[in-house]
Amino acid sequence: MIPAPAFLSNPERFMAFSRWAAPMFGAIAVVLALAGLYLGFAAPEDYQQGDTVRIMFIHVPAAWLSMFVYVCLGVSSFLALVFRHALADAAAQAAAPLGAAFTFLALVTGALWGRPMWGAWWVWDARLTSVLVLFLFYLAYMALRASLDDEAKAARAGAILALVGLVNLPIVHYSVEWWNTLHQGASVFRADGPSMSAVYLWPLLLMGLAYTSAFGSLWLVRIRGEVWRRRAEAAAIRAARG
Amino acid sequence: MLDFDAGKYAAYLWPAFAITALVFVGLTVSSLAYARRWRREAETRSGK
Repeated sequence: MIPAPAFLSNPERFMAFSRWAAPMFGAIAVVLALAGLYLGFAAPEDYQQGDTVRIMFIHVPAAWLSMFVYVCLGVSSFLALVFRHALADAAAQAAAPLGAAFTFLALVTGALWGRPMWGAWWVWDARLTSVLVLFLFYLAYMALRASLDDEAKAARAGAILALVGLVNLPIVHYSVEWWNTLHQGASVFRADGPSMSAVYLWPLLLMGLAYTSAFGSLWLVRIRGEVWRRRAEAAAIRAARG
Repeated sequence: MLDFDAGKYAAYLWPAFAITALVFVGLTVSSLAYARRWRREAETRSGK
Protein backbone atom coordinates (compact mmCIF):
# COMPACT_ATOMS: atom_id res chain seq x y z
CA MET A 1 0.00 0.00 0.00
CA ILE A 2 1.46 3.37 -1.01
CA PRO A 3 1.10 6.08 1.66
CA ALA A 4 -0.97 8.99 0.33
CA PRO A 5 1.75 11.72 0.45
CA ALA A 6 4.30 9.52 -1.39
CA PHE A 7 1.65 8.58 -3.92
CA LEU A 8 0.69 12.21 -4.44
CA SER A 9 4.27 13.33 -4.84
CA ASN A 10 5.07 10.85 -7.60
CA PRO A 11 3.62 11.81 -11.01
CA GLU A 12 4.63 8.50 -12.64
CA ARG A 13 2.70 6.49 -10.06
CA PHE A 14 -0.21 8.88 -10.37
CA MET A 15 -0.29 8.53 -14.17
CA ALA A 16 -0.19 4.73 -13.91
CA PHE A 17 -2.97 4.74 -11.29
CA SER A 18 -5.21 7.28 -13.03
CA ARG A 19 -4.93 5.49 -16.39
CA TRP A 20 -7.23 2.72 -15.15
CA ALA A 21 -8.93 4.52 -12.24
CA ALA A 22 -10.47 7.34 -14.33
CA PRO A 23 -12.50 5.07 -16.67
CA MET A 24 -13.36 2.80 -13.73
CA PHE A 25 -14.82 5.70 -11.72
CA GLY A 26 -16.63 6.90 -14.85
CA ALA A 27 -18.25 3.49 -15.38
CA ILE A 28 -19.25 3.28 -11.69
CA ALA A 29 -20.80 6.76 -11.96
CA VAL A 30 -22.93 5.75 -14.97
CA VAL A 31 -24.19 2.57 -13.26
CA LEU A 32 -24.99 4.40 -10.01
CA ALA A 33 -26.70 7.27 -11.85
CA LEU A 34 -28.89 4.85 -13.84
CA ALA A 35 -29.89 3.05 -10.62
CA GLY A 36 -30.52 6.36 -8.83
CA LEU A 37 -32.60 7.77 -11.68
CA TYR A 38 -34.61 4.54 -11.91
CA LEU A 39 -35.45 4.62 -8.20
CA GLY A 40 -35.98 8.39 -8.36
CA PHE A 41 -38.62 8.12 -11.09
CA ALA A 42 -40.16 5.04 -9.47
CA ALA A 43 -40.65 6.94 -6.20
CA PRO A 44 -44.12 8.39 -5.58
CA GLU A 45 -44.82 12.13 -5.84
CA ASP A 46 -44.30 13.98 -2.60
CA TYR A 47 -47.56 15.02 -0.93
CA GLN A 48 -46.37 18.65 -0.70
CA GLN A 49 -43.76 19.06 -3.45
CA GLY A 50 -45.44 16.89 -6.08
CA ASP A 51 -43.12 15.93 -8.96
CA THR A 52 -40.62 18.67 -8.12
CA VAL A 53 -39.29 16.34 -5.41
CA ARG A 54 -37.34 14.61 -8.22
CA ILE A 55 -35.26 17.78 -8.71
CA MET A 56 -33.84 16.97 -5.25
CA PHE A 57 -32.05 13.92 -6.73
CA ILE A 58 -29.91 16.16 -8.94
CA HIS A 59 -29.88 19.33 -6.83
CA VAL A 60 -28.74 17.95 -3.46
CA PRO A 61 -25.79 15.89 -4.84
CA ALA A 62 -24.65 18.97 -6.81
CA ALA A 63 -24.76 20.99 -3.58
CA TRP A 64 -22.80 18.29 -1.69
CA LEU A 65 -20.20 18.15 -4.44
CA SER A 66 -19.88 21.94 -4.61
CA MET A 67 -18.53 21.81 -1.04
CA PHE A 68 -16.63 18.52 -1.31
CA VAL A 69 -14.76 19.72 -4.41
CA TYR A 70 -13.82 22.91 -2.58
CA VAL A 71 -12.36 20.79 0.25
CA CYS A 72 -10.32 18.94 -2.41
CA LEU A 73 -9.25 22.30 -3.86
CA GLY A 74 -8.29 23.56 -0.40
CA VAL A 75 -6.30 20.45 0.59
CA SER A 76 -4.51 20.36 -2.78
CA SER A 77 -3.72 24.07 -2.49
CA PHE A 78 -2.35 23.57 1.02
CA LEU A 79 -0.07 20.73 -0.15
CA ALA A 80 1.04 22.78 -3.15
CA LEU A 81 1.75 25.84 -1.03
CA VAL A 82 3.51 24.14 1.89
CA PHE A 83 5.23 21.16 0.23
CA ARG A 84 5.46 22.63 -3.28
CA HIS A 85 4.08 19.48 -4.85
CA ALA A 86 3.59 20.14 -8.56
CA LEU A 87 1.01 17.35 -8.72
CA ALA A 88 -0.97 18.89 -5.83
CA ASP A 89 -1.00 22.19 -7.71
CA ALA A 90 -2.20 20.40 -10.86
CA ALA A 91 -4.92 18.76 -8.74
CA ALA A 92 -6.05 22.14 -7.39
CA GLN A 93 -6.10 23.68 -10.86
CA ALA A 94 -8.05 20.70 -12.22
CA ALA A 95 -10.62 20.75 -9.41
CA ALA A 96 -11.71 24.39 -9.79
CA PRO A 97 -13.73 24.18 -13.04
CA LEU A 98 -15.42 20.99 -11.81
CA GLY A 99 -16.35 22.64 -8.51
CA ALA A 100 -17.65 25.70 -10.35
CA ALA A 101 -19.81 23.44 -12.55
CA PHE A 102 -21.29 21.59 -9.56
CA THR A 103 -22.00 24.88 -7.77
CA PHE A 104 -23.61 26.28 -10.91
CA LEU A 105 -25.82 23.17 -11.09
CA ALA A 106 -26.77 23.50 -7.42
CA LEU A 107 -27.80 27.14 -7.96
CA VAL A 108 -29.71 26.56 -11.22
CA THR A 109 -31.54 23.38 -10.17
CA GLY A 110 -32.30 25.04 -6.83
CA ALA A 111 -33.87 27.99 -8.67
CA LEU A 112 -35.93 25.61 -10.82
CA TRP A 113 -37.20 23.96 -7.62
CA GLY A 114 -37.66 27.25 -5.75
CA ARG A 115 -39.88 28.93 -8.34
CA PRO A 116 -42.82 26.49 -8.03
CA MET A 117 -42.29 25.77 -4.30
CA TRP A 118 -41.32 29.17 -2.86
CA GLY A 119 -42.78 31.33 -5.61
CA ALA A 120 -39.34 32.86 -6.32
CA TRP A 121 -36.36 31.94 -8.49
CA TRP A 122 -34.01 33.48 -5.97
CA VAL A 123 -34.09 34.87 -2.43
CA TRP A 124 -31.19 36.48 -0.55
CA ASP A 125 -31.35 33.68 1.98
CA ALA A 126 -28.18 32.80 3.97
CA ARG A 127 -27.79 29.37 2.32
CA LEU A 128 -28.33 30.60 -1.23
CA THR A 129 -26.12 33.65 -0.73
CA SER A 130 -23.25 31.65 0.82
CA VAL A 131 -23.42 29.15 -2.07
CA LEU A 132 -23.29 32.07 -4.51
CA VAL A 133 -20.18 33.30 -2.66
CA LEU A 134 -18.71 29.78 -3.04
CA PHE A 135 -19.36 29.99 -6.80
CA LEU A 136 -17.63 33.38 -6.91
CA PHE A 137 -14.61 31.90 -5.08
CA TYR A 138 -14.29 29.24 -7.79
CA LEU A 139 -14.55 31.87 -10.53
CA ALA A 140 -12.07 34.14 -8.76
CA TYR A 141 -9.60 31.25 -8.38
CA MET A 142 -9.78 30.43 -12.08
CA ALA A 143 -9.59 34.09 -13.12
CA LEU A 144 -6.61 34.73 -10.84
CA ARG A 145 -4.68 31.75 -12.21
CA ALA A 146 -5.49 32.70 -15.77
CA SER A 147 -4.37 36.29 -15.23
CA LEU A 148 -0.79 35.42 -14.20
CA ASP A 149 1.72 34.20 -16.79
CA ASP A 150 4.25 33.00 -14.23
CA GLU A 151 3.08 29.48 -13.29
CA ALA A 152 4.72 29.55 -9.85
CA LYS A 153 3.21 32.93 -8.94
CA ALA A 154 -0.19 31.82 -10.24
CA ALA A 155 -0.01 28.65 -8.17
CA ARG A 156 0.93 30.54 -5.02
CA ALA A 157 -1.69 33.28 -5.43
CA GLY A 158 -4.36 30.74 -6.32
CA ALA A 159 -3.51 28.55 -3.32
CA ILE A 160 -3.77 31.50 -0.92
CA LEU A 161 -7.13 32.51 -2.38
CA ALA A 162 -8.39 28.89 -2.19
CA LEU A 163 -7.35 28.64 1.48
CA VAL A 164 -9.10 31.93 2.30
CA GLY A 165 -12.24 30.57 0.65
CA LEU A 166 -12.28 27.58 3.01
CA VAL A 167 -13.73 29.94 5.63
CA ASN A 168 -16.92 30.01 3.59
CA LEU A 169 -17.55 26.24 3.85
CA PRO A 170 -18.77 26.14 7.48
CA ILE A 171 -20.86 29.21 6.70
CA VAL A 172 -22.54 27.34 3.82
CA HIS A 173 -23.04 24.23 5.96
CA TYR A 174 -24.34 25.91 9.12
CA SER A 175 -26.17 28.80 7.43
CA VAL A 176 -29.49 27.00 7.89
CA GLU A 177 -28.83 26.72 11.65
CA TRP A 178 -27.19 30.09 12.33
CA TRP A 179 -29.84 32.15 10.54
CA ASN A 180 -33.55 31.90 9.87
CA THR A 181 -33.57 30.75 6.28
CA LEU A 182 -36.19 29.87 3.73
CA HIS A 183 -33.96 26.97 2.69
CA GLN A 184 -34.76 23.85 4.69
CA GLY A 185 -32.30 22.41 7.20
CA ALA A 186 -30.29 19.20 6.83
CA SER A 187 -32.41 16.12 6.24
CA VAL A 188 -29.75 13.46 5.52
CA PHE A 189 -26.61 14.16 7.59
CA ARG A 190 -28.23 14.69 11.00
CA ALA A 191 -27.17 13.54 14.45
CA ASP A 192 -30.45 11.66 14.88
CA GLY A 193 -30.34 10.10 11.41
CA PRO A 194 -31.98 11.03 8.10
CA SER A 195 -35.45 12.53 8.39
CA MET A 196 -36.65 11.63 4.91
CA SER A 197 -38.47 8.53 3.75
CA ALA A 198 -36.40 5.61 2.39
CA VAL A 199 -38.11 5.89 -1.03
CA TYR A 200 -36.41 9.28 -1.45
CA LEU A 201 -33.29 8.60 0.59
CA TRP A 202 -32.01 5.65 -1.50
CA PRO A 203 -32.15 7.37 -4.90
CA LEU A 204 -30.62 10.47 -3.32
CA LEU A 205 -27.72 8.49 -1.84
CA LEU A 206 -27.15 6.63 -5.12
CA MET A 207 -27.09 9.92 -7.04
CA GLY A 208 -24.73 11.37 -4.44
CA LEU A 209 -22.34 8.46 -4.97
CA ALA A 210 -22.75 8.77 -8.76
CA TYR A 211 -21.82 12.47 -8.66
CA THR A 212 -18.84 11.71 -6.39
CA SER A 213 -17.63 8.96 -8.70
CA ALA A 214 -18.13 11.19 -11.75
CA PHE A 215 -16.10 13.91 -10.06
CA GLY A 216 -13.36 11.36 -9.26
CA SER A 217 -13.19 10.32 -12.89
CA LEU A 218 -13.25 13.84 -14.34
CA TRP A 219 -10.74 15.11 -11.78
CA LEU A 220 -8.25 12.38 -12.66
CA VAL A 221 -8.68 13.07 -16.39
CA ARG A 222 -8.12 16.80 -15.87
CA ILE A 223 -5.07 16.24 -13.65
CA ARG A 224 -3.61 13.99 -16.34
CA GLY A 225 -4.21 16.81 -18.83
CA GLU A 226 -2.42 19.25 -16.53
CA VAL A 227 0.55 16.89 -16.14
CA TRP A 228 0.84 16.54 -19.91
CA ARG A 229 0.49 20.31 -20.41
CA ARG A 230 3.35 20.95 -18.01
CA ARG A 231 5.47 18.25 -19.65
CA ALA A 232 4.76 19.75 -23.09
CA GLU A 233 5.69 23.25 -21.92
CA ALA A 234 8.84 21.99 -20.20
CA ALA A 235 9.82 20.20 -23.42
CA ALA A 236 9.19 23.40 -25.42
CA ILE A 237 11.44 25.39 -23.04
CA ARG A 238 14.20 22.75 -23.29
CA ALA A 239 13.92 22.85 -27.11
CA ALA A 240 14.10 26.67 -27.12
CA ARG A 241 17.27 26.59 -25.02
CA GLY A 242 18.80 24.16 -27.47
CA MET B 1 -43.55 1.70 -12.66
CA LEU B 2 -41.68 4.81 -13.72
CA ASP B 3 -43.50 8.13 -13.47
CA PHE B 4 -42.38 10.55 -16.18
CA ASP B 5 -45.56 12.61 -16.08
CA ALA B 6 -44.53 15.72 -14.17
CA GLY B 7 -47.85 17.46 -14.84
CA LYS B 8 -47.84 21.19 -14.08
CA TYR B 9 -44.23 20.95 -12.83
CA ALA B 10 -42.83 19.67 -16.15
CA ALA B 11 -41.63 23.18 -17.06
CA TYR B 12 -39.31 23.10 -14.01
CA LEU B 13 -38.42 19.41 -13.75
CA TRP B 14 -37.23 18.72 -17.30
CA PRO B 15 -35.09 21.87 -17.71
CA ALA B 16 -33.36 20.95 -14.43
CA PHE B 17 -32.52 17.48 -15.74
CA ALA B 18 -31.62 18.82 -19.22
CA ILE B 19 -29.21 21.44 -17.83
CA THR B 20 -27.62 18.85 -15.55
CA ALA B 21 -27.14 16.43 -18.46
CA LEU B 22 -25.68 19.20 -20.65
CA VAL B 23 -23.20 20.24 -17.96
CA PHE B 24 -22.05 16.65 -17.43
CA VAL B 25 -21.65 16.08 -21.17
CA GLY B 26 -19.78 19.38 -21.47
CA LEU B 27 -17.45 18.54 -18.57
CA THR B 28 -16.74 15.08 -19.96
CA VAL B 29 -16.04 16.28 -23.51
CA SER B 30 -13.92 19.26 -22.41
CA SER B 31 -11.91 17.18 -19.90
CA LEU B 32 -11.16 14.42 -22.42
CA ALA B 33 -10.34 16.94 -25.17
CA TYR B 34 -7.99 18.88 -22.88
CA ALA B 35 -6.15 15.73 -21.78
CA ARG B 36 -5.93 14.39 -25.35
CA ARG B 37 -4.67 17.70 -26.74
CA TRP B 38 -1.87 18.04 -24.20
CA ARG B 39 -0.94 14.37 -24.37
CA ARG B 40 -0.39 14.79 -28.13
CA GLU B 41 1.58 18.01 -27.55
CA ALA B 42 3.75 16.39 -24.88
CA GLU B 43 4.48 13.39 -27.09
CA THR B 44 5.23 15.56 -30.13
CA ARG B 45 7.51 17.93 -28.25
CA SER B 46 9.40 15.18 -26.46
CA GLY B 47 9.84 13.33 -29.77
CA LYS B 48 7.94 10.17 -28.75
